[in-house]
Order: sequence, then structure tokens, then C-alpha cells
Amino acid sequence: MSGLDPRSPGLDPRADPGTGTRRPGAGTRRPGLGARRPGLGRLRPRSRRAAATASLALVAVVVAVVALGLGDYPLSPPEVLRALLGGDGPASTIVLQWRLPRVLAALVFGAALGASGAVFQSLTRNPLGSPDVIGFSTGAYTGAIVVIVSGAASAVGTALGALVGGLATALVVYLLAWRKGVHGLRLIIVGIAVTALLHSVNSWLLLRAQAEVALSASFWGAGSLALVGWSELLPAAVLIALLTVLVAGLARPLRQLELGDDAARAHGLRAEGTRLALVVVAVALTAVVTASTGPIIFVALAAPQLARRVVRSAGVPLLGSALVGGLLLLVADVVAQHVTTTPVPVGLVTLVIGGAYLISLLVAESRRTR
Amino acid sequence: MATTTPPGVVRAPRAAARTRRRVAGLVVAVVLLAVALLLSLAVGARPVALADVVRVLGGLLPGGGDAAGVAPADVAAVLDLRLPRTAAALVAGAGLGVAGAVVQAVTRNPLADPGILGVTAGSAFAVSIAVGFAGVTAASGWIWFSFVGAALAAVTVSLVGGAGRSGGSPARLTLSGIALGAVLSGITSSIVLADPRRFDAVRAWEVGSLADRGWGPVATVAPFIVVGIVLALLVSRPLDAVALGDDHASSVGVSVPLVRVAALVVVTLLAGGATAVVGPIAFLGLMVAHAARGVVGASQPWTIGLSALLGPVLLLLADVLGRVVAPPGELAAGLVTAAIGAPVLIVVARRLAGGPR
Repeated sequence: MSGLDPRSPGLDPRADPGTGTRRPGAGTRRPGLGARRPGLGRLRPRSRRAAATASLALVAVVVAVVALGLGDYPLSPPEVLRALLGGDGPASTIVLQWRLPRVLAALVFGAALGASGAVFQSLTRNPLGSPDVIGFSTGAYTGAIVVIVSGAASAVGTALGALVGGLATALVVYLLAWRKGVHGLRLIIVGIAVTALLHSVNSWLLLRAQAEVALSASFWGAGSLALVGWSELLPAAVLIALLTVLVAGLARPLRQLELGDDAARAHGLRAEGTRLALVVVAVALTAVVTASTGPIIFVALAAPQLARRVVRSAGVPLLGSALVGGLLLLVADVVAQHVTTTPVPVGLVTLVIGGAYLISLLVAESRRTR
Repeated sequence: MATTTPPGVVRAPRAAARTRRRVAGLVVAVVLLAVALLLSLAVGARPVALADVVRVLGGLLPGGGDAAGVAPADVAAVLDLRLPRTAAALVAGAGLGVAGAVVQAVTRNPLADPGILGVTAGSAFAVSIAVGFAGVTAASGWIWFSFVGAALAAVTVSLVGGAGRSGGSPARLTLSGIALGAVLSGITSSIVLADPRRFDAVRAWEVGSLADRGWGPVATVAPFIVVGIVLALLVSRPLDAVALGDDHASSVGVSVPLVRVAALVVVTLLAGGATAVVGPIAFLGLMVAHAARGVVGASQPWTIGLSALLGPVLLLLADVLGRVVAPPGELAAGLVTAAIGAPVLIVVARRLAGGPR
């Protein structure tokens, strides 16, 4: 995967894409490797990072409890907790059977997307280099549709189709964007073009499919958690857990790759092989989620960047990104279910949030370069 | 342009060759348009022979032949179903094609397109507000919303993407437009999903489909598109000057702010009008403007003129293709143009010297 070589000059995120000039002091900063800031962060970064990560986890739990109480049959947080801890009666059925799978799915899938985004942004050293922006999610969806339409729709088959679709799209986008290196913005524009193309292909596939197959697949097309029950969640969660173990094992090599291939080799790392393994694992994370929910975009883009700001860590924080991703998807799903008059697919909510976030990034950047 | 001309030849023959090439391009475009129009009337779930189409059309003219020998169902398919949607594609395609040429010239951005820059998404958003909250159900009512949405989106995207000392790089302007388009289309879809029944009339429209258009929207919008194209031709000479740089334009006496405002009005009229008829369609203006410029060279009047012809050709062919790829269903024309246009976007993005910066 030489296409992912971060040494290629076109990929340097420090060069400001807006003007081609470098920001003052840019040589010491990069999106994946934030500068230490003065103040608290300088004194005890490690314990402060741990505290920030722990509080993220706490917030996620609190929001999850609140979300479990929302719905046509509202429950207070104490009632939710009692139901979770083995209470009887209707409340426990509602919480455990109806709402818990969806809330857990939001947390687990969001975490997977966040971690996947963190790996990609770290590898490409570009805050925009996340799997959804570059079209992997849509490609994974295409792969899943092909499997569903061909009639071999088992959970494993769909996930496998999504994985192959995602990897193939990743390869195609990188090859098309390659021109003496992969420049960040070109990568994104190529990714967006490929996404638009695949979107048409997906619609075409669905049009040709049987009506009932098409209906279930198209509802899922905007990215929705509405169809996720325990039987859908459990296999996906097991796969994600396995992949998470792999990511955790690769976390240290990832940090070393951030320092550059030479430094990584000096530490005895096989740079190319490690990078390939990371890409496959990260695409697999996105693919598993897409196979279960349809493409949910922008979570993988926004979560690592938000996590970096919250945790103020040196690199893109893997654990923090996963937590923020879970939190983000959970909040988006609450909005999708309860804020609008009719439930909408959560993918639309993340689309709006993520697009607004992207605009704010561009505005902030233009202020800096003015 | 006449690249085959040997060096040393005086200018006049080269200019003549260029003019020949431009006129030839225009003639070919007119022929293509005629073919596309006929195909659009003939192809579909109920295919009608081309000869019958011509006879049916002839029957419309006073004293011009008769359609007696044609099956009544064929006549109905051509006149009641396909003629309105063909007219819609003609009007919207011309609007989007010219809007693409103008927006590329004024932003000096080869990646620009009313759809990619989020202008059509702004239109669609405003229309969905009109239908969802203001209770507007006729095109004559929502077209005003469409214009306002297009104008606001165009201003917003140029503020976000064009800010900064460099006046906005192509890639960044593009990215801003895509982000804005994503936000607006997400909200639009949510509004539509929140009250599906009210949106029955516009659901097909939301994905850029030409089916079941009727005469209402076309008749309402056509005058605005005509005005927009005339206005585009009027500012085409000053746009030539602006394309060479703001300083150059000022030095030859062109008021750059005035041209920008005029271009904004043109894009608003054309993209807003086209979106009011066919829904948000991306990539069409991009492809058409590049194709037109490739044929006629760096001249805005010619590019705009040719775009006005090629835009409908492309939209009509996309619509025809959408009718036949997945029978018995139809793939929306907007999805077909996206599939054809995406590779063009990739090629243009790759061709930008040194990568988009």
C-alpha cells in the first residue's frame, strides 16, 4: 500500500490547503500530533488525559441511561437503573428488550467508527482522511447490497461483502487520487466523486432488486439503527470486539509510524506491513458497522478531531476517539428518534452535524490564513 | 483550437480555423439536441417508433401532416407523458449547463458546478421549507423559494470557501460547497421524511427525477431560464476579462464587483429555476462547461452558447438512459448524471497542476 505512504509530499497536512502557505509555527504542529499546550496540560499530561478519557466514559454512561428512558413510555433514570439491575415488570421489558439493543448499538458502532477514523487520520496525517469522507462507507454499502440482492444475505455474508466493497473502494480511491503522492484535498474530491458514483450504482442495484429486498436495503441506505435488535447487534459486537483487540495491539506501532517511517524502522518495525494491517483492520471496523446499519457518515471524521481537543493528547487518541464516536452516534440517534416529529435515519443527523462541523473547520482555517 | 496549424502562419487563417471549429461544434450540438429530443419522446416503458413520434409531432403543427395511423396509447405516451418531461429536461439542462459555465468563469474554478457548490441543494432546501411549512404546493409558488435558497447558498459558499487572502482555492471552495450541500440535503431529507404524505408531490423531485413532471413547473420556470441565459450572454464578454484575473479586468475597464453580482444573479436564476423543475442535480454543469470549453476554446460567449445546447443534450440522454437501465423501474436522471459526472470530476481534479491547493 505505497499509496498510503505518509512521507509523500502531497499529503503533508501542515501545508495549509487553503493557500498553500504554511501557518506560523506549523512546522511543529500537525493535526495528528497536536502540540503540547501550556498550562495544566503541560504539568501532568498523562493523568489529565486519563481523567479526560474517564469523564468521557462517564458522560457516555449518563447519556445512555437518559436515552434508555426516552420514548413513548418515558422512564426516569432511577427506573432505568432498576430495570437494568434486574427489576421486573413492563419497565424492564421496555428497557432490556426494546431500547437497550439500540442504545448499545449506537455506542458500539459509534466507537468502532471513531476508532476507524482515528486510525485513518493518524495514518494519512490528515484530519479529513477518514473512511467516510473517502467513500469507504458507501463502497461497503455497495458490497453489502450486492450480497443481499444476490440472495446470500446472512449476517456474515453481508459483513464480508461490505468488507470487500470497502477495501476495493479504498484501493480505487487511493489509486485515482495518486499523482506523485496523495494530496489531501485531491483525495477528498476523488473520494466524493466515487461516493456520488457508488450512490448511483446503489440506487440502480436497489431498483433492479425485488421490491421487499429493496425496501429493507433502502431504508438502511441513509444509515439507521432502527432495525438493530439483539440478534443483529451480538454478532457485529463480537466482530467489533475482536477488531478492537487488534487495533489495541497495533496502537503502539501506530504511534511509531506517526513519527515517520525511518523512526519506526529504527524501533524495529516493519512499516509497510504494519500500515497494511492497520488499513485492513480500520476498513473492517467501518465495514462491520456499515453491514449492520448502512453508511453512517461523518462520525469517523468528527470523533477523532473532537477527541483530540477534549483529551488534548499528543496523537489522535484511539480510546478517546472511540468514546467520542459512541457518544456522538448515541446523541445523534436520540435526536433522530425524539427531536424530529417523525423518526429519521440517524445517518441524516450525522450528515447534518458532520457537514456543519466541516464548514466550521473551513471557517476557522480561513480566519487563520486571513 | 487549431493546434495543427504549422508555426509561422499568420493569425488570420488560425482565427478562421477556430471560428470554423466553433461553428461546427454548434452545428453538431444542434443535431445532437434534435436526436436527444426525439429519443426522449420515443424511449420508455412503452417504446414508440421514431417515425411515429415524428408523425405525432407533425400532427401538432397547423396543417402539418396527421397522426391518424399512430396507436392512441402511443400518442398519449408521447404528448401527455414524454413531451412535458422532455420540455423540463430542455429547460433545466440549458439552465444548469449555462450556470456551470458562468460559475466556473467567475470563480476561475474548474471544479465548480451549481450542484457541487451546494447552490442546487440550497434551492431544494428552500423548496422543502416552502412545501413542508408554508404549505406551498404549486411550482409557481415554490419557485421564489427556490431562487432565494439558491442565492443564499451561493453567497454562503463563496463567503466560507472564498475567504482568506488567496480569495479561495478551487479545492477549498469545492469542499465548502460539498459540506454546505451535505448539511442542506440532510435537513431536506429529514423534512421530507417527517411528513411523507405532504411530500408525495415532490419526493421524485428530491432525487432529481423527471418523471410525472407535468406542464406547470416548466411553464412557470421557462421565462426565468430564458432571461438568465440572455443575461449570461450579456455578461459573457466581461466574464472573459475576469477570467484573466481581477487586475486585468479592472485595467480594461470592467467592474469586477458588478460582474460578480451579475454572475450571482445569473446563477441564481438558472440554478434556482432548474432546481425548481427537476430537483437538485449535480455534475451536469461541470461536464457541460468542460466539454463546451474543450470545443470552442477560451471564449465565454461561445462557451455559454454551446453549454446552453449541450446541457439539455446531456440531461435528456441521462433521462433516457435512466428509463432503460432498470426496467420496470426508472433511475432518476440526477443519479445518472452523477454516475457520468463523477469520473469527469476525478479527471479534472487530477489534471489541476500540482494537485488542488
